[in-house]
Amino acid sequence: MAVTSGRGVRPKRPLSPHLQIYSPLINMVMSIVHRMTGAALYFGSLLLAWWLIAAATGPDAYNYFLSWCDTWLGKLVLLGYTWVLMHHMMGGIRHFIWDSGHGYDLEMVDLLSWGSLAASLALTAIVWIAVAMGAV
Amino acid sequence: MVQLTLPKNSTISEGKTWNRPDREGDWKEFRIYRWNPDDERNPRVDTYHIDRKQCGPMVLDALIKIKNEIDPTLTFRRSCREGICGSCAMNIDGTNTLACLKGIEDVKGPVKVYPLPHMEVVKDLVPDLTNFYAQHRSIEPWLKTDTPTPPKEWKQSRDDREKLDGLYECILCACCSSSCPSYWWNSDRYLGPAILLQAYRWVIDSRDEATGERLDNLEDPFRLYRCHTIMNCAKACPKGLSPAKAIAELKKLMVERRV
Repeated sequence: MAVTSGRGVRPKRPLSPHLQIYSPLINMVMSIVHRMTGAALYFGSLLLAWWLIAAATGPDAYNYFLSWCDTWLGKLVLLGYTWVLMHHMMGGIRHFIWDSGHGYDLEMVDLLSWGSLAASLALTAIVWIAVAMGAV
Repeated sequence: MVQLTLPKNSTISEGKTWNRPDREGDWKEFRIYRWNPDDERNPRVDTYHIDRKQCGPMVLDALIKIKNEIDPTLTFRRSCREGICGSCAMNIDGTNTLACLKGIEDVKGPVKVYPLPHMEVVKDLVPDLTNFYAQHRSIEPWLKTDTPTPPKEWKQSRDDREKLDGLYECILCACCSSSCPSYWWNSDRYLGPAILLQAYRWVIDSRDEATGERLDNLEDPFRLYRCHTIMNCAKACPKGLSPAKAIAELKKLMVERRV
């Protein structure tokens, strides 16, 4: 059956709004952040590769890498990389729990979602405090 | 395919305000998505004011009151008004639920009402569920057996019957499927939480003899594995079921039958 408007033309049905109107539930936000941190880790791996190649190349290249790390921007990138790595790891653990068939109560879903965020921030802080105190 | 923004014909603008509080009362503002296939305009959000002292407690009560007393053109599905038919599924206050089970007092500020997300709109709050029903058909939601039909009923132990608890209660309202971002982007190939819960309901039914065939049909990068455990489905279900858990059990069965 053809649906027509008053002028005999079938109007193209609109798509109902989705992201625009859906509440940013913590589980949904953590899911997309998990994906984004996963993508960001590719760039983190480039950083890691630069470090290893610099170390293999010689003292000049290595010192150049270190001097870059010591800049304001370098520190910011390293801080970001630390958090991205920790967050993706915590997200991975969360998904591992869910894939095993556990943690599906709604309270547990929220606890795991908020928990992975809190844990990633805490671990990042611990790493950087340890570095600042000269422990590493 | 992921498209984060709305197509040109679907962007929403401010509509009209139908009435304003005209006397003392417990007034609540309702902001409701409107689209009329007959006027060739984009969707709009109209505003209505309802005196809660003159209205039942649920969002559906308010919608019916608006249709009866303010704007008879407002279009929505409803039937049982007690959470068993699944007709009045819509997006209220940012999450999918049944209008008949959502209390007006549970919404802070204006009550925003939209159709189920990322669906083609037939009119106002009525989405086109054709694809959803076709997907349900595709998992063959009926008892499939090879052994001859017994003279009376197909028997089942109490323990086996209990395995269907948390699954048979599904009313196919589509709240969960249309809450799922994976389903938003891939509803042409991904079955979505509601249909996968139904699929699992038949897979674990002790009387069904097509388990292997059913799992074969789900073994697909899209049909089952587009589920990324985002968990919106479990939060949306107005019956308190967990499609996410049912899907996890399906994925476990897939692994178990390979080892």
